[in-house]
Amino acid sequence: MIALGLEGSANKLGVGIISHPSPSKPPLILANLRHTYNSPPGEGFLPKDTAKHHRAWVVRLVKQAIRQAGVKVEDISCICYTKGPGMGAPLQSVAIAARTLALLWGKELIGVNHCIGHIEMGRAITHAPNPIVLYVSGGNTQVIAYSHRRYRIFGEALDLAVGNCLDRFARTLMIPNNPAPGYNIEQLAKKGKHLIDLPYAVKGMDASFSGILAAADILAAQISEDLDDAKRLKAEDGELVTKADLCFSLQETVFAMLVEITERAMAHVGSREVLIVGGVGCNERLQEMMALMAKDRGGSVFATDERFCIDNGIMIAHAGLLAYETGIKMPLENSTCTQRYRTDEVFVAWRDQDTASS
Amino acid sequence: MSTAPPTIGATTPLPLPSPFTHSPLTLLTQGAEALVFRTTLLNAATPVALKYRPPKPYRHPLLDKRLTRARLLAEARVLVKCAREGVQVPEVVAVGVEEGWVALGWVEGGTVRGVLDGYTPSHPPSHPPGEQKDGQREEVLMGLMGRVGRAVGRMHEVGVCHGDLTTSNLMVRRKEGEKAQEHFETGGGHHTAGLEGLDGEIVLIDFGLATQSIQDEDRAVDLYVLERAFAATHPVAEPLFREVLRAYGESYKGAKVVLRRLEDVRMRGRKRSMLG
Repeated sequence: MIALGLEGSANKLGVGIISHPSPSKPPLILANLRHTYNSPPGEGFLPKDTAKHHRAWVVRLVKQAIRQAGVKVEDISCICYTKGPGMGAPLQSVAIAARTLALLWGKELIGVNHCIGHIEMGRAITHAPNPIVLYVSGGNTQVIAYSHRRYRIFGEALDLAVGNCLDRFARTLMIPNNPAPGYNIEQLAKKGKHLIDLPYAVKGMDASFSGILAAADILAAQISEDLDDAKRLKAEDGELVTKADLCFSLQETVFAMLVEITERAMAHVGSREVLIVGGVGCNERLQEMMALMAKDRGGSVFATDERFCIDNGIMIAHAGLLAYETGIKMPLENSTCTQRYRTDEVFVAWRDQDTASS
Repeated sequence: MSTAPPTIGATTPLPLPSPFTHSPLTLLTQGAEALVFRTTLLNAATPVALKYRPPKPYRHPLLDKRLTRARLLAEARVLVKCAREGVQVPEVVAVGVEEGWVALGWVEGGTVRGVLDGYTPSHPPSHPPGEQKDGQREEVLMGLMGRVGRAVGRMHEVGVCHGDLTTSNLMVRRKEGEKAQEHFETGGGHHTAGLEGLDGEIVLIDFGLATQSIQDEDRAVDLYVLERAFAATHPVAEPLFREVLRAYGESYKGAKVVLRRLEDVRMRGRKRSMLG
């Protein structure tokens, strides 16, 4: 069966076409296109502008994806779209596009939980059978484990998502948003040498990032080049603290928190595998730290690259098709979208009850 | 202090100071944070629980040192405060701040979790009072639950919140002269099916996530975590936990307010269902 997936919960518009040849074979990716709305440095993306971007691009991307996949409209079984969670206006734009396609072509509609899309795509790409999942992006921070037909949230951010913390710090430093603020922070952090003290806020399996962002913003004001050298923030060795040092310190601190809560969840359920998904999951330093932790526990880490980590249409198509294959249908009048849609609300009919297999 | 590393069962040699290098170490548990050993300190007749926080290779060394130090000191301070105020906790025997270990007085006995696991499923408390032994057992168990409630209440009264209040972190101290040995190594597994060992005092352990707090919210979250732990270990834990709460409510001034706050915390449900 073939599905077309539409994703637009944040500033990426993604269109993907996936084929599930048979239950025993791995899924085939026929097309995976993405167009990103980037706001100018120092600014975040606003819902209305992002929605406008999605509306402007969705037809072009769908046409291009179908051409690239080499499929006919008749071959497509269902149209999958992101039901939530995400920003309201962009979600609505894409939901309207999905409904339009479904009516136009006479296809079934499937609304997909964005987080479930990330998890299922990560599992499909890495072949990690039953990992602890760390889902980290601009809007979500969750430590997840599968049990009894649900992806259960063991730990999560109590305030900001970790990606939001990084994005907003990039704005403070006026780091460009292109290709992504987190990516630019990662590159800068590689040049950082000094670890500057930042708050560390882990509570059980939860983490908090807003205080860290506030503290980092205060430090950023103290390294401004407009200040006298005497007044500027210095490291312990007397050198001036740089933007790179702050990016480095922020990454080291927040990633240590993420790895710690993941490790706690692994100890709690006795798992040895970790899968990292979501946009922040592209960060190689995070992957490296996670691998060191997993190695210590005799396990391993699974991660994907930017094609699947960053929001994309293929994951929505994949997760939607998994649900569609179990017989789930969504009547047109139920094809809504919602800004709040928790991972553990979804009944995972396509996986075994038993934690151990598939 | 010299730091000759002894090799124990674990793969990494531990930088433990001299009192521990020549004593036998038995690994009891390995959590995400720390390893807990049974060993002796100074002489072979003084058993201690040694809690060691090994360095985490993924963390920046500076950050690692800072965190380990802060957490270790916080834990030791909370334990000392509890002991001073008469809350039953393991005593702090010695601390190696730089090396990341704390030696705690050995508590002989099993965990409340072990008691609950051993108690089910043949004798649920809701069972109609059949044999006299059942009734007697229930009475003893209710007594134990009352002591749990009062122990938690006392801890809260002195301004400490546990942060990870599960049934595994509540121990029943075995009275002296009661048949000892045999099950300390299991950390108090599934032994206490009978009545023996149920009348000891409650000792609270593992203050790794504890905070000094007198806020109703923190206290209520402690109770909520304990409630979830009861529900997870024991299918018919509800009447047992009711007794815990009843005793808690009478244990100190302000406890009733916390119980009301617990209702709010339950309603919020911490949003998730992570057990099961």
